[in-house]
Amino acid sequence: MGERYPGYDVLAKRHSPSWNEQTRAVIDARLAVDPAAHRFLSDTEWVTLLAVCARIIPQPPDRVPAVPIAALIDAKLFEDRRDGYRDARLPAIREAWRRALAALDTESRQQYGARFHALQPLTQDDLLQAVQEGKGSESAWGDFPQQVFFTKRLLHDIVTAYYAHPTSWNEIGFGGPAAPRGYVRMGFDMRDPWEAAEADDARVG
Amino acid sequence: MREYSNDEPVDFVIVGTGAGGGTLACKLAEYGFSVVALDAGPYWRPLEDFASDESHQSKLYWTDERIVDGDNPLQLGSNNSGKSVGGSTVHFAMVSLRFRPEWFKARTLLGYGADWPLDWCEMWSYYSEVEQALKISGPVTYPWGPRRPRYPYRPHELNAAALVLAKGAEALGIAWTPTPLATISAPRGLAHPCVYRGMCVIGCATNAKQSVLVTWLPRALAAGAEVRDLAMVGRIEHDSGGLATGVHYFREGRQHFQRARNVVVAGYAIETPRLLLSSASSRFPQGLANSSGLVGKNLMVQANQAVWGLMRQEVRAYKGPPSLAITEHWNYTDAGKDFFGGYAYMSQGPLPIVWAGTQAGKRGLWGQRLLDQMELYNHQVGLKIVGECLPQERNRVTLTDERDQYGLPIPRVTYSYCDNDRRLIRHSLGFMRQALEVVGATEIWDETDDTCHLNGTARMGSAPENSVVNADCRSWDIPNLWICDGSVFPTVGGVNPSLTIQAIACRTADRIKTSAARGEL
Repeated sequence: MGERYPGYDVLAKRHSPSWNEQTRAVIDARLAVDPAAHRFLSDTEWVTLLAVCARIIPQPPDRVPAVPIAALIDAKLFEDRRDGYRDARLPAIREAWRRALAALDTESRQQYGARFHALQPLTQDDLLQAVQEGKGSESAWGDFPQQVFFTKRLLHDIVTAYYAHPTSWNEIGFGGPAAPRGYVRMGFDMRDPWEAAEADDARVG
Repeated sequence: MREYSNDEPVDFVIVGTGAGGGTLACKLAEYGFSVVALDAGPYWRPLEDFASDESHQSKLYWTDERIVDGDNPLQLGSNNSGKSVGGSTVHFAMVSLRFRPEWFKARTLLGYGADWPLDWCEMWSYYSEVEQALKISGPVTYPWGPRRPRYPYRPHELNAAALVLAKGAEALGIAWTPTPLATISAPRGLAHPCVYRGMCVIGCATNAKQSVLVTWLPRALAAGAEVRDLAMVGRIEHDSGGLATGVHYFREGRQHFQRARNVVVAGYAIETPRLLLSSASSRFPQGLANSSGLVGKNLMVQANQAVWGLMRQEVRAYKGPPSLAITEHWNYTDAGKDFFGGYAYMSQGPLPIVWAGTQAGKRGLWGQRLLDQMELYNHQVGLKIVGECLPQERNRVTLTDERDQYGLPIPRVTYSYCDNDRRLIRHSLGFMRQALEVVGATEIWDETDDTCHLNGTARMGSAPENSVVNADCRSWDIPNLWICDGSVFPTVGGVNPSLTIQAIACRTADRIKTSAARGEL
């Protein structure tokens, strides 16, 4: 991972015509998010969320700083930001996350005698996969719609946070901000000099 | 900008400034009527206010809570609901298509849905008016339907994603074309041509996009209309005679009442019925304009399923407008179908958050499998339909007991596909899969559950018992109450609705002008 676009850093374009002042301000604010900041979730909920994020998006251990996925989600919860729709089976975003994080810990203790964040990564994956398949235990989850939560809330919020961050754009070779300068070369196997080059690619233009 | 006082009864107060309301505000002001247009969203200046950032630009969307249920709960917000002056056209994908003529008589000619009370020949001229107003960039000749005038601006260059569609269509022996788009391919006034930055659906930061915000509304202001932004209308008032007298709205922390001789509701297919229903009174206990009981019913989405695959070559679909190529073959071909209605399909260019949401939310990927797929972003390619879903009364907008930040009832949006919808989707997925296979795409998979565009919920018709408004978008029940947006569609067809909404608004303005001249307003 991270090898497909060696040396590509979307932030290197910060002072190029691909970025305008508004964009610089927005990205600067995101880069300044404190990865340890949690204003909404309790310390107990927070460590569980950190562990969940680390399994949904496993970041390289040598990545410093890592993308602060959990902090971005906590900020969304703190501000109570909505998406414009809520599946009728789910409670509102704050309650949904609180109940799910508690249920994950309950299930983890019941099955393994430890909280979720203390489990081995592969065990954590098993638990998450069970939730995705709706197979979390009745005693932990009750009538909470675990599958709906996993797909429509958990995955949605985590990937939305991660792929808002420039570090993730480097990984996938996305051009990033593009205004006022856009692109000129549009066809197959064509790229502008300010786009990411694949590792096996010497083509420019 | 001219400003009116709340106490001055204006000729028209318009609720919503999107494709319906913004267009109508312009036309009515140019015809000499006094107009105040209210919008719940802000009046953006794109050159100063828009960042190149998918996350930040969610400020363009209607993100207030809506409850979704039914067999197929809808995704709302980013893909179909705007909260901006200019409405959803500030973030739309600019695809500007005419209806197939037969769709205006779908029941009579094609055997499904409902007939429109409009004549396609008349609509053809209004489509031309809108295409000129937006300087649509499109092909010299359009492969389907009756002759139409040349598009005002030349078509855009195709990106690799569009070339995939073109190659696939040619291999399968069907026609395709560069998509008619509302973004300029040559200078217009102070705006440069589109720079192919590819962020159209998060708001155009260069003003190449010909949204309502940069086309109809500047004309509206020049003609003396007032646009009042950040104004959330909560209730339409009427007098003892049952005529509308104005609207209550919330702005700058308090309630106001704008007096008006006519009220136009143009809030799109959820906010329009929501406002009509929540304006219920002792005289109209079921909500305004609702003697038919049809307000909120027949909500129609358009199917938005896709087939995705990988190309060996780099595609980099993030460049250029997302849907540069289209085929309407299955809108105009009826043979060989096991369903009513039609669909278009277009090339795609999802930005990273949307693409990750598709891989995770629709394909169920997470962990290393998700990261591995995402790393192939620049090689992925997709074809996506805009497919016709049939009107069903059980698909509807109702009010819940929950209240929003304005103290207004939160809407509930109930949606389920019918068997015909599912057959159309199955047909489209099968066909698009072939269209990707023939160009050598690999790892092809179906995205089976996406929807877009909202219509219906206040349908137009030929009689008060089977519709909410008449052909002129005028309420049967309250003669000085009008509805002018996608809510009035009796059927949706297989094309993006914005051009048709704007054409209807132009027609409505002409009808109002004529009625006023006859003293019938």
